[in-house]
Amino acid sequence: MNNIQQALQNRILILDGAMGTMLQRYKFSEEDFRGERFKDFHKSVQGNNDLLSITQPQAIAEIHSKYFAAGADIVETNTFSSTTIAMADYDMQDLVYELNFESAKIAKKVAEDFTSKEPHKPRFVAGAIGPTNKTASMSPDVNDPGFRAITFEELRVAYKQQSEALIDGGVDILLVETIFDTLNAKAALFAIDEIKEERNLDIPIMISGTITDASGRTLSGQTAEAFLISISHIPLMSVGFNCALGAKQLTPHLEVIANRTNLAVSAYPNAGLPNAFGEYDESPSQMASQVKEYLDKQLVNIIGGCCGTTPEHIKAIAEIASQYKPRPILQSENLAV
Amino acid sequence: MKADQPSTINQQPRYLKLSGLEPLIITPESNFINVGERTNVAGSKKFLRLIKEGNFEEALSVAREQVENGAQIIDVNMDDGLIDGKEAMVKFLNLVVAEPDISRVPIMIDSSKWEIIEAGLQVVQGKCVVNSISLKEGEAEFIHHAKRIKRYGAAVIVMAFDEVGQADNYERRIEIAKRSYDILVNQVKFAPEDIIFDLNIFPVATGMDEHRRNAIDFIEATRWVRENLPHVSVSGGVSNVSFSFRGNDPVREAMHSVFLYHAIKAGMNIGIVNPALLEVYDNIPKDLLERVEDVMLDRRDDATERLLDFAETVKGTSKESKIDLSWREEPLQDRITRALVKGIDEFILEDIEEARISVSKPIEVIEGHLMMGMNVVGDLFGSGKMFLPQVVKSARVMKKAVAYLLPYIKPPLPPEGGSFQLDEKKSDKRTYNWKTADPMLYGLMKDFAKKMRSVPTDAERILWNLLRGKNLEGYKFRRQHIIGSYIADFICLKKNLIIEIDGLIHQLPEHKLKDGERTEWLEKKGYKVIRFTNEEVFKNTDKVLETIFKRLKELSSESNPQNSPSGGRGAGVILMATVKGDVHDIGKNIVGVVLACNNYEIIDLGVMVPPEKIIATAKEENVDAIGLSGLITPSLDEMVFLAKEMQRQNFKVPLLIGGATTSKAHTAVKIDPEYECAVVHINDASRAVTVVGDLLKKETSVSYKENLKREYEVFRNDFLKRQTVKTYVSIEEARKNKFQIDWNSAVIKKPKQLGVQVLKDFDLNILKDYIDWTPFFRSWELHGKFPNILKDKIVGTQASELFADAQKMLDKIISEKLLEARAVFGIFEANSVNDDDIIIQNLEFRIQNYFLRTLRQQSQKATGKPNLALADFIAPKKIGIQDYIGCFCVSTGFGTAELASKYEKEHDDYNSIMVKALADRLAEAFAEYLHKKVRTEYWGYASEENLTNEDLISEKYKGIRPAPGYPACPDHLEKLTIWDVLKVKENIGVELTESLAMWPAASVSGYYFANPEARYFGLGKIKEDQVEDFAKRKNMNLEEATNWLKTNLAD
Repeated sequence: MNNIQQALQNRILILDGAMGTMLQRYKFSEEDFRGERFKDFHKSVQGNNDLLSITQPQAIAEIHSKYFAAGADIVETNTFSSTTIAMADYDMQDLVYELNFESAKIAKKVAEDFTSKEPHKPRFVAGAIGPTNKTASMSPDVNDPGFRAITFEELRVAYKQQSEALIDGGVDILLVETIFDTLNAKAALFAIDEIKEERNLDIPIMISGTITDASGRTLSGQTAEAFLISISHIPLMSVGFNCALGAKQLTPHLEVIANRTNLAVSAYPNAGLPNAFGEYDESPSQMASQVKEYLDKQLVNIIGGCCGTTPEHIKAIAEIASQYKPRPILQSENLAV
Repeated sequence: MKADQPSTINQQPRYLKLSGLEPLIITPESNFINVGERTNVAGSKKFLRLIKEGNFEEALSVAREQVENGAQIIDVNMDDGLIDGKEAMVKFLNLVVAEPDISRVPIMIDSSKWEIIEAGLQVVQGKCVVNSISLKEGEAEFIHHAKRIKRYGAAVIVMAFDEVGQADNYERRIEIAKRSYDILVNQVKFAPEDIIFDLNIFPVATGMDEHRRNAIDFIEATRWVRENLPHVSVSGGVSNVSFSFRGNDPVREAMHSVFLYHAIKAGMNIGIVNPALLEVYDNIPKDLLERVEDVMLDRRDDATERLLDFAETVKGTSKESKIDLSWREEPLQDRITRALVKGIDEFILEDIEEARISVSKPIEVIEGHLMMGMNVVGDLFGSGKMFLPQVVKSARVMKKAVAYLLPYIKPPLPPEGGSFQLDEKKSDKRTYNWKTADPMLYGLMKDFAKKMRSVPTDAERILWNLLRGKNLEGYKFRRQHIIGSYIADFICLKKNLIIEIDGLIHQLPEHKLKDGERTEWLEKKGYKVIRFTNEEVFKNTDKVLETIFKRLKELSSESNPQNSPSGGRGAGVILMATVKGDVHDIGKNIVGVVLACNNYEIIDLGVMVPPEKIIATAKEENVDAIGLSGLITPSLDEMVFLAKEMQRQNFKVPLLIGGATTSKAHTAVKIDPEYECAVVHINDASRAVTVVGDLLKKETSVSYKENLKREYEVFRNDFLKRQTVKTYVSIEEARKNKFQIDWNSAVIKKPKQLGVQVLKDFDLNILKDYIDWTPFFRSWELHGKFPNILKDKIVGTQASELFADAQKMLDKIISEKLLEARAVFGIFEANSVNDDDIIIQNLEFRIQNYFLRTLRQQSQKATGKPNLALADFIAPKKIGIQDYIGCFCVSTGFGTAELASKYEKEHDDYNSIMVKALADRLAEAFAEYLHKKVRTEYWGYASEENLTNEDLISEKYKGIRPAPGYPACPDHLEKLTIWDVLKVKENIGVELTESLAMWPAASVSGYYFANPEARYFGLGKIKEDQVEDFAKRKNMNLEEATNWLKTNLAD
């Protein structure tokens, strides 16, 4: 049993909050995004947050530190869009390995610093694997429902490349997240399973889907339970949901999976629903009070925040979570037959 | 598994769990799982044919039917020598996945080829079943495939087949099953609950002794497998067992039932069974049952002979098919949803009455039953699975249903929203319903509000007189305003203050409670509510006013529109109008209906709406967007004018532009620069919904508008840049290059009948055959050529349905004479003069002649190509040859407005739009018909012509009939001359609006040119010199002429 599995048995683990929200505070300009290295790059790169791991690594490290200091056990690498598929928007497919490797290294370094200061509370790094900007089981063209902008095979290759770089960079966990099309996630799991076999490696996997509306379905139309069934073929450390909804709206869907799985359950909702200006404005204490319902109902083992959440939110959540016992779970090894 | 699990953990049991969009979990308590078998090219000839023909649309309907009929998994198989199985599998599954009503169930990917299976696994997000793998090719391949399947996350069917062959007895079945299981579970680490054994069902009663135990061995092997191989399932294809009784359905049905009865008891839990070929076990006649069981269980040596003998007596009594009204047996909600989705109004009132009786408050039928159905419609349309005519039909059913309910909802209390949102637990679902589905309710509530407005109580009347017209210190109040599912008595929108007058009825305790809920809900939504009793209004009016005034002042100044309460006005209020001088409204009405279906309140000002009225209404009603529509070219200028006016009056709402002559180019170049806020060109209803949504949704509005502005600017710049610099020649040069006809050799036929003739009450039956249907479908946003469109892969079904409805309506119009067709036409002596004019001899007095002023192409032509004008087709006066020209105006629009508004009153937009669309088609048909008559009879220059309707549509006839306002003569002014020449208004009553549109709208007018060289052409752009010349010829001032010809003027 490795470190993190042990920690999961003992307490509720805290995941970090939003990276994007924190980066916005730096108000980086196009020049800042480019840094010295990309100053002559042929395309605008402002908004390519993942690139900041190369051009503004100190900012990324600072954000990780703030989250760890706020009480997070796990931080996510700054690699949400670091696949060849998502990087195509910036013509930066060639940087994918480096982006993932560097991001992992930055986070790991910060985690190790904290762990050495507080050995009783080891810190972990989850390699963030986003959904890409294409869907494998939906057509982007309403007039041609049979059309697909991306294939399973293309996704598998891209995810494999990202996962290998993250592992090489030293992440402790792989986190396939913000899944709005389950088929994309299945391609990621396929790739990771291949790596595990090829490298004879047992790296824990977290899976986090996204329920896009109150009907309780993913964007690709699956119910929470159908989603759970569709990704349960690979041994997982945890399954859960993030993004799209606030903590309150997420509760019924968490209940669905919490009652139907032996795995650890994770949740990292947004800071409420967007207000009239498209901003997330649920305060840390409001969010923590919503999270309390999860804890009272023993729904979660891992909890954090997504869009709009900050170290203050994570601090509030960590404080309340520390007063609760985790939801009982089986260790993932036991589930692999 | 470790044995020492902490006791607190609720260990999940190992069940076969599959998923489509929804889960399918097979537990010991589950009923037998039926796999749909019709989407299998090996099993269904029909499906094979559809796939071979590439008719995937209908192939999908086969899948849908199966799911509707209760299949819990669908088996898809494309193994056929003449099909590219891999391509067909991927294509079909991609389409299946896009249909939520099919893909809600898990898919069984069925192939004997591994590459097809793998291709299938790569396109389905849910947990599938692979059908199948086996040890046939040895362990290595078996393991390899099993590993991949596990990695793809699917369950698997394992055939009882090994290197030696197929298991055909009890021992072989259990031997292969055991071996397969051990490899899968121990070596591959395959989850045992994801293994399904197919133990081979073979036919019985074949007459061969070695087949006698086929059924019983399967059943016994099934029992062994379920007892000895933990967690697995057993399945099989049942119809095999009765193979030897093909053609005798009663016996086959009995055999299937008996076989299943015993196999299920032994543990078979999944199977491929055609439900149509299944008798209920208990309904099998005793004597047949006994003989079938003898065969199945191998109970007698002569079992087969006895069954064969008996079979002779039951032959040919198989089930008859009947008209399928079985859906009428379904639960009420399903029936209502179906009626809405399919647009069937036949039973809706019956169903609504049943629903009404079942609920405590009639409004619950609207909120619950109907909204649930409209949600489905909204989802389907939103995802491109329903087409426009269907949505309009759904709206009709909805409107009828609500109209039926309204009298029950009417006073004493206005409609209520119940307590939703007060109960937090329930609120999620309810809010969702409202958010997406409020659709039709707004329109209907509006009608209701209007009615209430016309019958106010005394107290309401008194207060309204004091509040109306900004009487109260300039605060504007509206009355009977719809908010959510409530109707507020009075509201000041600026302050979101609601005034409610409670009559006696409100003071009963139960109503007090409801009023309380209402207030609470409204306040949650950000409104403030003040209540007065009738009494207070009567006796203490001043006090009431003072209270209102005080409250208004207390409420902070001008509320931020971003924070204004939601839910009050649906998704938004859209003003729609066909601009001044224009009468065409089919497209506008369609957009209106579709937007109304999507929760927008539509204020439709109708046709020929003057700009002042649009501006005034927009202010009065505080609308969220303005939509302008127009068909004729002068309407384009009207739109530009309105944009300028909106800018001048500092409007901030988006302006939507649509209609046949409008274009993105015109909108970007001419309208957009005139108005600082968003202007967007929308030419189809389905796009309207997304565009308006993005414009009005708070989250997207600002950025969307900015993007629009930018997009139109870029488009405008590109457009202006892209325009190749065309060179033009002067009008003199153009005239020198006119089209030359050798008049000396030209045969000019003297018309048989000169002068004006009038046809009234013309027989519509004759016109029916002259209809060009293609534009009819286009007006419903179904694109394709008639009649091929009826068989179109995507819209064929819908087009056929629409066509059938059109035929029905047409028959009704004809048999009940609902529309009247009238025509006036004349053929006159005429010659061209001064190059571009045509002089028409006035037959009656020979005093006053008429001049038609034609326009000439001015673009630089390639050598040998003429600069055309219509005048070129008429012999010049100066050469002294007498020529002729005809003019005509036909209309089938008399009665259209009345008929359409009758349907509108009946809440039937579908037929209202249908009537208008058909009237337009009939008018065109009349023009076509009359032209033919003129060619062959009245003028008679082509008396031997013999053309089909298709030939006519493709303009194969001799001579032309250009119409003013169209490409050859875009100048609408010439209509005035035609009206003069033919006395159109006096003769048949068709009038011209100020923009020179014809009224009624379903009218066509134009000229007849008989010369065989005459042809249709487009004028293109002209230069100022011609406009000046034209003004002189018409004796009008240059400015006026420029105005009319603006759209044709080269920049």
